[in-house]
Amino acid sequence: MHRNNDDNQSGQMTTLILRTASTYLMPLLLLFSIFILIRGHYEPGGGFVGGLIASIALVVYGYANGLKRIKSFLQFHPGGLIPTGVTLAMLSGIAPMFLGKPFMTGLWLDQQLPIIGHVGTALFFDTGVYLVVVGTTLTIIFSIGEEIDS
Amino acid sequence: MTDHSILIPILIQLTTALVLLFMWNRIHLQRRASVIGNAIGLAYAIYLFQKVYNQGILVTQGGGWEAPYGITFAADLFSASMILIASASGFAVSIFAAGSMSKRRSMFVFFPIFHFLLMGIIGSFLAGDLFNLYVWFELIIIASFGLITFGGGKRQLEGALKYVTLNLLASILFITGIAFLYGLTGTLNMADLALKTAEVENKNLLTITALFFFVGLGIKTAVFPLYFWLPASYHTPLSAISAIFGGLLTKVGVYTMLRIFSLFFLPDPFVSNVITVVAIFTLIAGAMGAMIQNDLRKLFSWLIVCHIGFMIAGLGMYTTIAIAGAVFYLFHDIIVKTNLFMISGLIHRITGSFKLKKLGGFYAHYPSKTLLIAIPLFSLVGIPPLSGFWPKLLLINGGLDTESYWLIASILVASFITLFAIGKVWIEVFWKKGATVTPKKHFVTFGELRYIHKVGFVLPIAALGAISLFLAFGAGWVFTVSEQIARELMNPESYIEAILNQNN
Repeated sequence: MHRNNDDNQSGQMTTLILRTASTYLMPLLLLFSIFILIRGHYEPGGGFVGGLIASIALVVYGYANGLKRIKSFLQFHPGGLIPTGVTLAMLSGIAPMFLGKPFMTGLWLDQQLPIIGHVGTALFFDTGVYLVVVGTTLTIIFSIGEEIDS
Repeated sequence: MTDHSILIPILIQLTTALVLLFMWNRIHLQRRASVIGNAIGLAYAIYLFQKVYNQGILVTQGGGWEAPYGITFAADLFSASMILIASASGFAVSIFAAGSMSKRRSMFVFFPIFHFLLMGIIGSFLAGDLFNLYVWFELIIIASFGLITFGGGKRQLEGALKYVTLNLLASILFITGIAFLYGLTGTLNMADLALKTAEVENKNLLTITALFFFVGLGIKTAVFPLYFWLPASYHTPLSAISAIFGGLLTKVGVYTMLRIFSLFFLPDPFVSNVITVVAIFTLIAGAMGAMIQNDLRKLFSWLIVCHIGFMIAGLGMYTTIAIAGAVFYLFHDIIVKTNLFMISGLIHRITGSFKLKKLGGFYAHYPSKTLLIAIPLFSLVGIPPLSGFWPKLLLINGGLDTESYWLIASILVASFITLFAIGKVWIEVFWKKGATVTPKKHFVTFGELRYIHKVGFVLPIAALGAISLFLAFGAGWVFTVSEQIARELMNPESYIEAILNQNN
């Protein structure tokens, strides 16, 4: 990454183009990541890819405007997403056991919801994966970024 | 019989790990939660054992897809008793870790990883599908990599490098073997494989596949000549971590060997011979290594290698009595080896050293602790009627049946050298006169600890000692269980039927 020494805000790209574009790219990419997440069960996509796209959205914004902006935008440490995601995934796996079915059996709602479509335990599992991927990626980027800053 | 609740031991460990992750940075809470989680896990393991003991093999299919397509989890008596033993030593190590680890270490990551490791170990005992088994193995490797580098010292990293490199190599060989089997039979379900490998015409390729599994699992199990990573790495981490490694990790490999080889590679004369020869060399090489060590933990590491030989020997002879001996030895070994590394931690906390030369006078200064430590030490040697004696008796009995006199000779030699090594420990640490406390800077000795931490050190050692005594004096019952396990392993029809013919 190219860093301009004149710029005193560390961890920041100086290009005006990237900075402006990232403001528009971030919400678009975040929306796209959720789209990928939801369509993921029968079509290409899913929690892992969706999570990567979401973290790219945040990382691009972070590189353009400084990682501190991302931290204040998130308001919590992304590391917390990892146990939350795994818990969600585990609960979606346990849920069928309460109905006397084996672990991780897919449970689906009979009717389709508007926009989202079929909703089942697989979607919650994927959401869990999504959160874990976002949490892991951002934790790695943040710790590397902090080392560069200091 | 179908029973979805057999996955609960895995889920208990996973839940505990997650709860601990949410308690990030709150070490006091984490310590308690870890002990409580393991207590629940142990209680459930007892319940599961009793259930399997009464009802026979329990099976569940992950995701609700029928075998051989679904992911099978099966708990037979072997799995259930391994889960029970692993939970017991996990519980003990959890108390030990809570009591023994100083707060300065970045210990808030220790407990979650520890529970992920236990989850992987229990998962591999339940897996009924080879690829699923591989995934549990990977989980174990990743978690143990986290634990062995824990503390981040130079020695830890050096040990971890050897450990991880060889275990990754083992994983590659293991998964190559899996790929061969899939190519030969088109299935990875273990019960289905047992049926289909019998029909494979290319027996030579099957033998080669067996060797891939043997080498891959052999590295993880630390058999001759693939054991050198173990003594090079097990003495580097903290005692609590060494305890869980020494007690359980290599034994997961032994469990898997007993399971896989009895299901679809044996009886094959070539494979049997390879296993027998390797067992003989493992016994001798491990014992020779232990003889010359002067560091407590290195000595115990070499003894791990040596005693792997006993269990592999049982598999090599492949008779009911010999397999029963190997299974009995497996139970005994997990408890004793876990205990030995905790003891080395206790001795280090009291005296500040692991070196035999510097230690001494333990018997005069700490008579009651010496008695406590004597139980696992003498159990390990197998002084009758302690727990090491009975499985060796079974193994020698099996050796006489199969007329494998070289194996009997090496079992006896290895036992005597173990006696020699433990005798050396006894003389140097307990009988020899010498200063017991070597004061060092920033070293909190045992006497300065708070009462609750002292309990955390001594209680798990006493508890595992009590289990060792139970294995010794309840040997009749343990033998009945091991013999039933051996019969199920030798005649896997009931296992196969339980997995493939349950349609609900």
